[in-house]
Amino acid sequence: MSGTVNVRLKVNGDEHELQVEPRLLLVHALRDQLGLTGTHVGCDTSNCGACTVHLDGQSVKSCTVLAVQADGAEVTTIEGLGSEGDLHPVQEAFWNNHGLQCGYCTPGMIMAAAALLEENPKPSQQEIRRGLEGNLCRCTGYHNIIKSVLDASGQSVSEEVSA
Amino acid sequence: MIPAAFDYVAPDTLEQAIQALADGGEDAKLLAGGHSLLPLMKLRLAAPTMLVDIRKLPGLSGVERQDGHWRIGALTTHATLEHSPELGLVSEVAATIADPQVRHRGTIGGSLAHGDSASDLPAAMLVTEAEVTLQGPDGQRTLAAAELFEDYLTTAVGECEVLTEVRVPVLDGYDHSYHKFNRRSEDWAMVGVCAVVRAAGGTCEDVRIGLTNMGSVPMRATAAEDALRGKELTAENISAAAALAAEGTNPPSDLNASAEYKRHLATVLTRRAITDAAG
Amino acid sequence: MSVTSAAPGGSVGAALRRKEDPPLITGMGRYIDDISITGTLWMAFVRSPEAHAKITSIDTSAAAARDGIVAVFTGADMADIGGPLPMAWVPPGVEVNNPEHWPLARDEVNHVGDPVAVVIGEDRYAVSDAIEDVVVEYESLPVVVDPEQAIAGGPLVHESLGTNKVHEWTLAGGDVEAGFAEADVIVERRVVNHRIAGAPIECRGVIADYRAGSLTLHSSTQVPHFVRLFMALLLGLTEDRVRVIAPDVGGGFGQKLQVYGEELTACWASKRLERPVKWVETRSENMSVAHQGRDQIAQVRMGAKRDGTITAWHVKILADFGAYNMILTPLIPSLGAFVMGGCYKIPNVQTDIVGVFTNKCPTDAIRGAGRPEATQMIEVTLDQLAHELELDMVEIRRRNFIPKEDFPAATATGVVYDSGDYHATLDRLLENFDIDAFRSEQQRLRSEGIYRGLGLCTWTEICGLAPSRITGPAGVGVQAGLWESAMVRVHNTGAVTVYTGTSPHGQGLDTAMAQIVADKLGVEASVVDVIHGDTGTGPEGRGTYGSRSLATGGEAVAKCTDKIVAKAKQIVAAELEAAAEDIVVENGKFSVKGSPDTGMALADVAGIAYIGAVPEGLEPGLEETTFYDPENFVFPFGAHACVVDVDAETGKASVIRYVAVDDCGNPINPMLIEGQVHGGVVYGIGQALYERVHYDSEGQLVTGTFVDYAIPTAAEIPMFETDRTVTPSPVNSMGVKGVGEAGTIAASAAVTNAVIDAIRPLGVDYMNMPLSPMRVWEAIHSEGDSES
Repeated sequence: MSGTVNVRLKVNGDEHELQVEPRLLLVHALRDQLGLTGTHVGCDTSNCGACTVHLDGQSVKSCTVLAVQADGAEVTTIEGLGSEGDLHPVQEAFWNNHGLQCGYCTPGMIMAAAALLEENPKPSQQEIRRGLEGNLCRCTGYHNIIKSVLDASGQSVSEEVSA
Repeated sequence: MIPAAFDYVAPDTLEQAIQALADGGEDAKLLAGGHSLLPLMKLRLAAPTMLVDIRKLPGLSGVERQDGHWRIGALTTHATLEHSPELGLVSEVAATIADPQVRHRGTIGGSLAHGDSASDLPAAMLVTEAEVTLQGPDGQRTLAAAELFEDYLTTAVGECEVLTEVRVPVLDGYDHSYHKFNRRSEDWAMVGVCAVVRAAGGTCEDVRIGLTNMGSVPMRATAAEDALRGKELTAENISAAAALAAEGTNPPSDLNASAEYKRHLATVLTRRAITDAAG
Repeated sequence: MSVTSAAPGGSVGAALRRKEDPPLITGMGRYIDDISITGTLWMAFVRSPEAHAKITSIDTSAAAARDGIVAVFTGADMADIGGPLPMAWVPPGVEVNNPEHWPLARDEVNHVGDPVAVVIGEDRYAVSDAIEDVVVEYESLPVVVDPEQAIAGGPLVHESLGTNKVHEWTLAGGDVEAGFAEADVIVERRVVNHRIAGAPIECRGVIADYRAGSLTLHSSTQVPHFVRLFMALLLGLTEDRVRVIAPDVGGGFGQKLQVYGEELTACWASKRLERPVKWVETRSENMSVAHQGRDQIAQVRMGAKRDGTITAWHVKILADFGAYNMILTPLIPSLGAFVMGGCYKIPNVQTDIVGVFTNKCPTDAIRGAGRPEATQMIEVTLDQLAHELELDMVEIRRRNFIPKEDFPAATATGVVYDSGDYHATLDRLLENFDIDAFRSEQQRLRSEGIYRGLGLCTWTEICGLAPSRITGPAGVGVQAGLWESAMVRVHNTGAVTVYTGTSPHGQGLDTAMAQIVADKLGVEASVVDVIHGDTGTGPEGRGTYGSRSLATGGEAVAKCTDKIVAKAKQIVAAELEAAAEDIVVENGKFSVKGSPDTGMALADVAGIAYIGAVPEGLEPGLEETTFYDPENFVFPFGAHACVVDVDAETGKASVIRYVAVDDCGNPINPMLIEGQVHGGVVYGIGQALYERVHYDSEGQLVTGTFVDYAIPTAAEIPMFETDRTVTPSPVNSMGVKGVGEAGTIAASAAVTNAVIDAIRPLGVDYMNMPLSPMRVWEAIHSEGDSES
């Protein structure tokens, strides 16, 4: 059963052609075949969101997408969002607001937050909380993550928090 | 966790997809967004030998209004439904499904064909009295939502059939509400109650109530509906009707909710949903 | 908001943003699964679906015959290891039943998930297929899940022991019976602290690479040095041949304070196969086999005078250890006993602990480890006492606080608290939280059918684990010294590398330690690199747990840096023709006191140390090593207030406000302190309202994934209000205490008290966690108390 299938992916702007088993998960294609290890795996059940990437501009959980389903799509991972010296505003805000501790959920959290802000550039605190409900963090208690996203959206943290 | 190996095709036409399902035999499965199927496959609770991916089939996405119905393509994502407020209850319900990432991939067709009574859309289909179109080797047929859900994770979709579209009546004059009760907002419903109400001069002309996770299939709370239809929408009448919401249900107990608790929740949530919809 | 830099001398106390973050926010972190070694084999475990059974046969042939499979091993194959997995607590004079615990089961499995065989192959997909082809036949044995049944003569987990009892241990001071005789009122409760999962978002994982007689093990661990020691002992290697590296670790929470069978199996297999062997745990495995926490049932009894003065406090704990003793399992409830009096002056205190085996995953240290349980017992019982005496919940606390004049304060049990000012933290809390306004709002809301409750928790805890003279073999009985090491190396250019024997994994210690060193050496923290978690690069270390990394590890770094400063001063004194004792570090320079213009920067000093001539009698170079063993623990404390709304119709409780006032001594980086408090509090809220590891009566794990084990998401949690008081610790030179576990120790009690306060008008006097909707609803609708 299951020969390999040809998959074309554009990842962080670069075209790739991969031969994959149909069952290969997108997250493993990114990590093991393309070496993009910033996208993490934290659960088996699509709950934790550590594997969040953008697929054709939308946040998805790459552990619950087959690589073959992404054939022809554009994927952005944390590595493509920004880099040291050229940080995406959400990355910068996580750094400035202590929005991470162990850092394991962080790439997925940042990708989810970046997608949220694309859709809703000035979210309220509650909209941010609902917007990140698919991403588990065990370290920060979320407080500084919410602050980070408010900051990245150019909103005053203290005004929004006390509101 | 990693799925067991399978064969894979992504046909270009509906006919090819139906043929591929027929060729694949009983262990062939249709793949839409994959957000019901892939988690089961990763845990190896499902191990289809063939996946027929319908992502390339033309015309299966999107929402359009046709003759008093909303025609919703099977591959329309929950996120699209969420952002189509004109869909009323269906949009409100879709916005509560899991989390944004799941809503970006999960599809209405996949959800309905999977037929999990704990998922949010099935009961909304009963309440809106939607129908689904199935395409199979013998042609096309249309089923009322009420005929679609047969048993626990069992639907009337045939092994070689593709659920291609959902037709939701435009409910002009109805207000709607969905009360989903869970521990965390990303969780499955412990119990969910969706309701639509059409009122005139404070009187309930029509009410329909759908129950999520109150049995092996989604269901209507018909006793509660009958008790309220034609009555004034007073708090007393709504409460009295809601008290009947769990009548005829036999929900399974689980770790977080006993059958008794679920039946209680159904009455509370029904009262709240009707009150909101009538408010 | 953080600051991006601080001038030399201005680092300590500044909210400096973290040095750790740039790689982590750009996807450039290096966690265990990000590391590849050419030629690596993958490993996957065949695990028991039975809670208790004899293994009657194992057929590995089909798995071994699959494409890509290199080897399949069972417990019998690993007969050459040096012994079972370690348990390192030997309390003097106490018998501890300790069954053999093997990395792969031998003959018998004792909980669901117990490993039975291991499959090794060319990639992770191949081994996950092959484990399904290993055929194991079991003969089921009777299962015991309930600890009370286990201790009362239920089925034996380990038949050879003849009992399910692990041990009995008591810590007592004063005379509790005399204290109860003096009491006007006695409150008794059955306080259940249910089982929780550590659940770091990164599961465990290892890569073992044995080649040419030496072993390198990468492991997602909090304790690389302990792991090295036991890998060496169990594989018959000397420690010089074993290097353990903890790369970036995606959270630990105590779960990774362990020496695991999977680590040993990977090392053994790499040695056997002469290939690197990698294992990355799945979440389902992590939920069933990585050690869990809490799971104590306590019968508690508090006696008091009518004015609220506590006269006696007696706690009998039944602690469910699961199927085996892990490295410190039976010690954990004792950590609670050390602070069983909390922040109150109680003359008569006694804690009696009985440990018991059941057919469940073993327990061990999980964030807080014994102290959240103790705090829960004290604080919920104290609120009940206040209720029965019709005393205000604030007033009863004030009447019992150990006054600040008493510090260092010897408690009834002989534990000496280092410093405290409990009235000050409570005062500060009440400045942030208007309790009178709350009470009138609460009354108003009740008339609208909204049940709002306030829970207080005033607490202290014991942390900074160390000191060896107390924790060690002759004291409490841990078979290790718990000092900490540091090495500070000033490079030619004045850049600094610090090595710490702690092994942080998210706490921000790189930044905090750099701040400490930077100020002492007159440089910016940006030029101080901190490395850790690699047994090959520095002195022996002890790791990160028990909120010890700053108070013990940070103090070691401070003392080590002091040695550098002393030597630098001698070099500078010789250059400037002054006395070393007249040299000061000011404005980024070593200069003669009163003559700041003629000073030398650290780079200049290093230049002399490495290139020029050092004064006679000094060695060249500028590098020092320190081992530091404190005289005492440190005892952080605080006052937390939690507000919940309970939907009385559904039983759902939601935290709507949380105010935390903490005192962890002098702050090194206040931003990091707040972060630890936020995360710690949510860990406690999680236990109180959402999380629960549950086994059914057959020993099957019901909560085996993140679908069923409900970690709170951002949508369930409010913003936090935090404040601090500062009462320095006299134990260390910096006056610091730990804060990693503080929030967790406080929060579950605060939440529980808040829920009970909310629903008291509905006839609920008491209920145990988890305060899940159905349980709260049942408590409201049942007759009498719900203590299940």
